[in-house]
Amino acid sequence: MTEATPTTPDSTAAVEVRGVDKVFETRTGQVHALDAIDLVIAPGEFISLIGPSGCGKSTLMRLIADLDEPTGGTLTVFGKTARQARLDQDYGIAFQQAGLLPWRTVAANVALPLELHGVGSAERRSRVEHLLDMVGLSDFADRYPDQLSGGMQQRVAIARALAEQPRLLLMDEPFGALDEMTREKMQTELVRISAETGAAVVFVTHSIPEAVFLSDRVVVMSPRPGRIQQVVPMRLGAEAERAARTEELREERAFFDMVTAVREALHGGSPVSSGPRGVETR
Amino acid sequence: MSATTAGRPTRMSPRTEATLRVVAPIAVGLIVLGAWQFLVSVVGVSDYLLPSPASIIEQFVAFFPSILAATLITGTNALLGLIVGSLLGILLASLAARWKVVDRMSAPIVAALAVVPIVALAPVLNSMFGADSQFGRQAIAALASFVPVFINTLRGFRQTQPVHRDLMKAYAANSQQVMRVLTLPTAVPFVLTGIRIASSLAVISALVAEYFGGPRGGLGSLISTSAASSAYARAWAYVLASIVLGLVFYLATLALERLVLRRGPGGGAR
Ligand SMILES: Nc1ncnc2c1ncn2[C@@H]1O[C@H](COP(=O)(O)OP(=O)(O)OP(=O)(O)O)[C@@H](O)[C@H]1O
Ligand SMILES: [Mg+2]
Repeated sequence: MTEATPTTPDSTAAVEVRGVDKVFETRTGQVHALDAIDLVIAPGEFISLIGPSGCGKSTLMRLIADLDEPTGGTLTVFGKTARQARLDQDYGIAFQQAGLLPWRTVAANVALPLELHGVGSAERRSRVEHLLDMVGLSDFADRYPDQLSGGMQQRVAIARALAEQPRLLLMDEPFGALDEMTREKMQTELVRISAETGAAVVFVTHSIPEAVFLSDRVVVMSPRPGRIQQVVPMRLGAEAERAARTEELREERAFFDMVTAVREALHGGSPVSSGPRGVETR
Repeated sequence: MSATTAGRPTRMSPRTEATLRVVAPIAVGLIVLGAWQFLVSVVGVSDYLLPSPASIIEQFVAFFPSILAATLITGTNALLGLIVGSLLGILLASLAARWKVVDRMSAPIVAALAVVPIVALAPVLNSMFGADSQFGRQAIAALASFVPVFINTLRGFRQTQPVHRDLMKAYAANSQQVMRVLTLPTAVPFVLTGIRIASSLAVISALVAEYFGGPRGGLGSLISTSAASSAYARAWAYVLASIVLGLVFYLATLALERLVLRRGPGGGAR
């Protein structure tokens, strides 16, 4: 755009994590949650974080969201400090718990970020209608969260995270409470949304097939202290064809190869006996 | 009733349950009243020791204008005290939640207020503000109301969940927005509970305060003068009016709670 700069806005990383440490001081001593994390996420890239419970996935996400501060290292979001990115509302976030406000209706919960950021009521209404339609909850707009199932609450939280069409989506096990059918439907939907809006996604999950289906790269983490064990690139629906990640992909041979690769990475790089599919070299 | 529930599984329908909730206490009340009347008129317990329900009701009707006037006086004192005490409680609790200094400063004062017996203050305030002022009683009702409202409101302000606070931070909401969108709505049920507890205390303190001097005419002073002149049935009639007054306060605040919380989840009652 400007003279002499070869960098287009697109070449600025969505998230750049350099040598980040996070140590929690607790009454019983220090908890080394993250250790020397290096990770660069390109704009529009879909990244999954996977790893055993307590390996620091949520912590890393909270650092990116500027809800906590790293103990060491640097972290930038779209070239700015995490704090500035938060103030600029560059990301949308869905927490591990739905975190809906129980005194607000479903529609009012989805409208909350729009309301806080001064979006007019007419636009708010049409946007909320569209979002609820997308997560399949149009009929529940006037219900209160405690009248919904856990999975439905999660879907409301996802709609809320998408409300402002952020360039970066942070999602902490958003599909954990969903049944398998809804889960697959939401996965397909998320792939479509991220492709449509060009949003980068940081997606925490415990499900290997889910990570494989959704991601461009799967970041495998190990615990105590939380480290990046391996970054496994996915070749499914390469490049911009992410939208083409349809249900058939789940049954393709390559899909199972990827699942195996991630599983091996999770088990510390050593091949694991994984039944008849075996360990195929790529 | 057994006819309507017969043949059904053990659980009652919500309708039956609602009916039962109203009918059961009334039935108990009628049985007690019946037994009481029986003791007095058949067994022959002296009317002097234990006035019969019939004679109490007779007195209630005969002195109705005076009872009504007395109820209004005591009720007004209690209501003013409740309103002022609640407002002060909410105000001070907001300040204490906002600034730690206020919290630290108010904690010992509130603790002291909470243990001050009304009976200790009543004679002092009554003579301080003169024999023809209701102010002392209103102040006592306000003091009694203040404590539960303050404590509950402050607790309510501290109930915001970490995930909701994170959400507000992620939205870069300013402190006013956090107050309006998160802190106040979280506190509302607690404030209302405080006011409901305070409503009974306000009536009791306004009434008890009247036992210790000050202008005549309220329920408390009439109970003590009637009892002093051995008009026991009349004293009981005033007691009956006090019970009604207390109930009215309690039910009114309960209705307020239900009304406000009905717009929220679960139709209130938490
Ligand atoms: N606020 C905190 N104070 C102290 N320790 C913390 C805090 N938050 C996280 N931890 C510790 O940091 C480590 C990583 O926690 P984190 O929540 O990031 O794990 P996780 O990978 O998200 O696990 P899960 O899959 O169970 O959600 C854990 O050992 C946890 O006990
Ligand atoms: Mg977590």
